[in-house]
Amino acid sequence: MSRYIIRRLLWGIVLLVLVLALLFVLFRILPTADPAKIRAGRIQSPKIIAEIRHNLGLDKSLPAQFWIYIKGIFLHFNLGYSYYSNAPVKELIFNRLPATISLVLGGAVIWLLAGLSVGIISARRAGSKLDRASMGTALVLVSAPEYWLGLLMLFFFASDIGKIHVFPGAGSYIGLTTEPAKWFTSLIMPWLVVAAGTAAIYARLLRGSLIETMGEDYIRTARAKGLSERRVVLRHGLRAAINPIVTVLGVDIAILLGSSVLVETVFDIPGIGRLNFTAITHSDFPVTEGTVLFAAIFVIVANIVVDVIYAYLDPRVRYS
Amino acid sequence: MNANEPLLKVEDLHVEFPTEDGVVHAVDGVSYEVARSATLGIVGESGSGKTVSSLTTLGLTRTQGARISGRIIFEGKDLLALSEAELRTIRGNEIAMIFQDPLSSLHPFFKVGVQLVEAVRVHQDVSKKAARARAIELLGLVGIPDPNNRVDEYPHEFSGGMRQRAMIAMALANEPKLLIADEPTTALDVTVQAQILALLERLQSELGMAIVIITHDLGVVAQVADDIAVMYAGRIVERSSAELLFAGPEHPYTWGLLKSIPSLSGTRKEQLVPIPGSPPSLINLPSGCHFHPRCPYSQPDHARIDPQLKPVPGEPSHGVACLLEPSVRQRLWTELGDGKTPEQARASVGLPEPQEALVTASETVGDEPEVGL
Repeated sequence: MSRYIIRRLLWGIVLLVLVLALLFVLFRILPTADPAKIRAGRIQSPKIIAEIRHNLGLDKSLPAQFWIYIKGIFLHFNLGYSYYSNAPVKELIFNRLPATISLVLGGAVIWLLAGLSVGIISARRAGSKLDRASMGTALVLVSAPEYWLGLLMLFFFASDIGKIHVFPGAGSYIGLTTEPAKWFTSLIMPWLVVAAGTAAIYARLLRGSLIETMGEDYIRTARAKGLSERRVVLRHGLRAAINPIVTVLGVDIAILLGSSVLVETVFDIPGIGRLNFTAITHSDFPVTEGTVLFAAIFVIVANIVVDVIYAYLDPRVRYS
Repeated sequence: MNANEPLLKVEDLHVEFPTEDGVVHAVDGVSYEVARSATLGIVGESGSGKTVSSLTTLGLTRTQGARISGRIIFEGKDLLALSEAELRTIRGNEIAMIFQDPLSSLHPFFKVGVQLVEAVRVHQDVSKKAARARAIELLGLVGIPDPNNRVDEYPHEFSGGMRQRAMIAMALANEPKLLIADEPTTALDVTVQAQILALLERLQSELGMAIVIITHDLGVVAQVADDIAVMYAGRIVERSSAELLFAGPEHPYTWGLLKSIPSLSGTRKEQLVPIPGSPPSLINLPSGCHFHPRCPYSQPDHARIDPQLKPVPGEPSHGVACLLEPSVRQRLWTELGDGKTPEQARASVGLPEPQEALVTASETVGDEPEVGL
């Protein structure tokens, strides 16, 4: 198992370097304008432009530039500097990270609980009215645009503008450490919106996976041993059916961390998605580059973690 | 309980599955007995109903919406009348079952030891430590080397033969009175097959348990079975002790099976005589004798009358379900024994040709739908 992990890590690093090379081409080589000028922001001061030229090593050869780029990321986690906001991009991202993590992880907990339980029940009663109703609802939730759901929730339940005053309205997000209670209540609606579509997907996914698993020979063996049906489903069946879910979960969370911009905008949550969106509208090139870089690294790390977890779940994989 | 009474008695079992294409008559009036500490071999092709009758014994066909009638008496109780909870106390405990493919029949994500421990603890109130010790003991009992380490391995780390041994170990966890082995050697190499059969024989004599071995391979039953039931299209067509069956088989289907086996001692030029056609669809079973479309000796009556199992003259424990006269059968068998083909034998005995055209080897009498089990 440890050999497997080491192999995965090494491949992960190789993949990371390849992705960074791709991003280097995307952000450094492809843009037709002068790389230094793009990064200098609205105020094109010659001093700043010269400083950028020096930092990026633009006078050196491309391989040398790439080397400076890689070194900066691996050694200092340097994601660039935003002259528009006058701060290192790394700092801007880490300031916004807690909000996005709160949003995504909270949503993930809800979509897992809801999705998995509905998935199991639907699988056990496949073909029944309950099954059809829940899969139908799932289809609706998957199809509903996030911002529409978000606006709808605000319209009905927001304490400032809603019909029924239940939850805090948009813009009321507060950090967890500042005011835990308000942090929690301000995130309930955003969590539900993030979770809605994904719970539906996971319910359908698990339903299919579990139905297939329950037809396997080892389930018949488990029953022949005299186990209760509950144990057969939850211990033998679910254990095998959950594998595709785990694979998808890691990647889903990683991707969401980089792209929850719609929910963040509707509920005015200061997260990374908003950061990126604002940067694009203000032509703050370094922030865009930095957030994309951050997201790429995150996805690769998530993939490695998911692979390792999968090998833990399915011992047959460890020998490949 | 009287020691002479059979351990398991199946009486007039009928099992039907309603499907989209029609009703599948998997088991169509089957009765057999298993004596204590004896081995019954149930022989038949795929689709003969041999597996379904055994799964029904353990109540494992109840979830498919099956219609089951008849009685299955085990130690004085009718298993078909028991509740699911009561059946669960019997499964893996008094009656255990092993299946054909041990790679797919063992859970791939749990260690072998864990699965064995579970088999023990579901019926016995023992500590995990005690159960683990029992698991190691069982692995040793079935001949797996180095059981102390093997117990912590996954099924895919075992070879095919060892996996089947592990399955057998799991089935024996609670010292069952009856072991049902569904094609236990089909997925294994021939040499390993012999080992597994020898293992089953040894365990039977050590533990005194009865075995029902289900197979399509007459060679297997010749080796281990005390009694044999030959099944075709959901019915038993011949039933007797192994000795009597091989000494004097009575049913044309059994003859066909025996003649289909290549013999090491025969000449190279000796032709195999396969049974033409394929087993019938269990939805549209042939009327009357289910075998008549493929039988070289069938007469017009045979499409109308259902044959019942009747004892062979002079051998009361040997039953055969065939509408031909016993004396005619004897002569046919003698002719076949002389090396004649079925057609030649029929001509020698003076039987008219079947009026319906015999199904030729290339025809299929309908496809059998999948009965998911």
